[in-house]
Amino acid sequence: MLNELGHFALILAFAVAAVQATVPLIGAHKGWAGWMAVGEPAASAHFLLIAFSFGALTWAFVTSDFSLQLVYANSHTDKPMLYKISGVWGNHEGSMLLWVLILAGFGASAAWFGAALPPRLRARVLSVQAMIGVAFLGFIIFTSNPFLRIESPPFNGQDLNPLLQDPGLAFHPPFLYLGYVGLSMAFSFAVAALIEGRVDAAWARWVRPWTLAAWMFLTVGIALGSWWAYYELGWGGFWFWDPVENASFMPWLLSAALLHSAIVVEKREALKSWTILLAILAFGFSLIGTFIVRSGVITSVHSFASDPQRGIFILAILAVFVGGALTLFAARAGAMQAKGVFGMVSRESALVLNNILLAVAALVVFAGTVWPLVAELFWARKLSVGAPFFEKAFTPFMLALAIALPIGAVMPWKRATFLRALRPLWPAALLALAVVALVWTVGTNRSTVALVGAGLGSWLVFGALSELWLRAAHTPARLARLPRADWGKAFAHGGLGITFIGIGLLTAWQSEDIRVAQIGQPFTVSGYEITLDAVERVQGPNYISSTGTMTVRQGGKLVATLHPEKRVYPVQGMPTTEAAIDNGIWRDVYLVVGDPQDGGGWAVRTYIKPFANWIWAGSILMALGGLLSLSDRRYRVAAGARKAAPPLQATPAE
Amino acid sequence: MLKPLILALALLATPLWAVQPDEVLSDPVLEARAREISKVLRCPVCQGENIDDSNAAVSRDLRLVVRARLVAGDADWQVLDYITARYGEYVLFEPEPKGVNLILYLTGPVALLLALGGAAVFLRRRRQGNTAPAVKLSADEARRLAEILRE
Repeated sequence: MLNELGHFALILAFAVAAVQATVPLIGAHKGWAGWMAVGEPAASAHFLLIAFSFGALTWAFVTSDFSLQLVYANSHTDKPMLYKISGVWGNHEGSMLLWVLILAGFGASAAWFGAALPPRLRARVLSVQAMIGVAFLGFIIFTSNPFLRIESPPFNGQDLNPLLQDPGLAFHPPFLYLGYVGLSMAFSFAVAALIEGRVDAAWARWVRPWTLAAWMFLTVGIALGSWWAYYELGWGGFWFWDPVENASFMPWLLSAALLHSAIVVEKREALKSWTILLAILAFGFSLIGTFIVRSGVITSVHSFASDPQRGIFILAILAVFVGGALTLFAARAGAMQAKGVFGMVSRESALVLNNILLAVAALVVFAGTVWPLVAELFWARKLSVGAPFFEKAFTPFMLALAIALPIGAVMPWKRATFLRALRPLWPAALLALAVVALVWTVGTNRSTVALVGAGLGSWLVFGALSELWLRAAHTPARLARLPRADWGKAFAHGGLGITFIGIGLLTAWQSEDIRVAQIGQPFTVSGYEITLDAVERVQGPNYISSTGTMTVRQGGKLVATLHPEKRVYPVQGMPTTEAAIDNGIWRDVYLVVGDPQDGGGWAVRTYIKPFANWIWAGSILMALGGLLSLSDRRYRVAAGARKAAPPLQATPAE
Repeated sequence: MLKPLILALALLATPLWAVQPDEVLSDPVLEARAREISKVLRCPVCQGENIDDSNAAVSRDLRLVVRARLVAGDADWQVLDYITARYGEYVLFEPEPKGVNLILYLTGPVALLLALGGAAVFLRRRRQGNTAPAVKLSADEARRLAEILRE
């Protein structure tokens, strides 16, 4: 019964979204206040109906209602509760439902917290947001109904893919979707502004928090996915340049660019049409990501079951929204009058450089991701583009970005001189060079990757610190009183530096050992003495595990006792490796136990991974930086909107 | 197209395990070279894994072939040629930078040059253009101005 109500609520949400997509838009065009006011209650109803539907599906998973096809295919009574719940979005239909739930949630929060927005802009934003909702609700209802019943329900389900039964991956999709879908707000604001034909500082001030939130969620989601890959896949890789990873990385790059160009619009009323274009593209790439994952055109480690009909539906949505928005852009972009003037050397130009590097880097990732498809379509060639290509083609852009970032960040607005801007950064540059020297002496191998990664990373960190010191006018007491946005900026830029250091040193210095280990016989890897003490058979809730007990000693002292596992999930007949990791600030000891060998003993892999945790620590700092900026009073969604609204008088030209 | 076949193969392939202890070459230099080569080779039946990380049986075979060729004295490029000649360019994770693949390799540099050039032109024009009045007169205003001037 509840399932049917959930299905019905979904159809009702579709109808409500259709109303929300049209009535306020017409109202805004004709200036009818009553019609515009429809947007707010419609957005609330739209959200609540989907929330109810999502709740009904979750309930079906929690109670293991195998009369639902989806629950049968993705759940099992023995599965722990956490994974029964995460199973809701561990499949195509359920994750689409989560997608529209978040979409409606963003729309509703624009209705609830957007009281300060001009009514016309708000009506238009809500309508555009609902149009996206209509498209995806239609997609779910017509091609991917999660509430399909089975006539004679089986006794138990087929279980969730064991690789997905993991705390890191349970929360990875919701964060990623919050990011993907959060960019829809920037898109809706951009389209609303194009319809209105007006972009000003106030508009940028409203768009920024949404973009910042989306970017922050994307950062967390990507970091969670990468961390999961690190400990779950069993060889400690953290990024594979897999099409699905790229699909989340492109919107991240573009939303980072958008964040920065929106600053220029807000502070200097320049780069308006470029910012609008970026907002359209950022969400466009979110849709492309959805298309890549759902359609299966590009095979990847974690694509959901591919279905050409679904692929075509999403492609149509993509074409309509991005095509429509770009057409509107072409027609209206000329109306965006830029005001602020700036010199070749200025903060504005530095941010233009930031945008160019991020956007071209995103383009390179895009080209590499779709190249196999293009080559097959036009030249009938089956080829692959993978990590080695991306590492060479993508990295230079990030290096250039890291070199320029601290300089651009302290550069004054409007007009600057390069050398004067560099002056507060000399100590940071010297410290970064000192780090390079340290890495050179400490490092076991003279790897350029280590030198460049650590050098540029510390340049970013020390640059961010120097900037804080500069903003506080060299007075420690003023540090605490700096605006939160300044701290947010320092955290985000410093966090990027920490991630740089982690990637550089991990790539250059990690060591690996593969061997057959006999029980009780110690072996040595990079100064660590490791012993396999025992391997036992352990029965888990829905798996059988061979659990090893291994001790790690250094200089005779016990460092850690670790329990790597090899699990078999009988329902899916699939083995997984559960690496055991001794986490540390300077290194991880990463142990994996494999199959028993014919001649006795077990296959064992040992990795020493220096600075691995810095990669994710940096990502957390970046997300925290976003959060700090978001909490700055000046950027709160409603704050300052009234003040900023009426500047009809143009700022005088220089 | 190939999907059912790939799926069937993936299911058939007994879950061996990435690089096995018995595969590792005793010569650390050769083994290191084998690892570098393996990073560029894609497992033909998996989804986007290189042969080092893959658990499929065919990847094990490929890893053994790579090592056998190295022991036989092949240079790195000869090993890659040997394998691509048998499995096609699909197994190369880094397409050869020639022919149409140049489009892929040049996308980044060309886009960067265009963007930098475009930005430079834009910035220069903005600086010059801004000496002119920011707002153009509408037709009405222009007519009024002309009338005023005539008086």
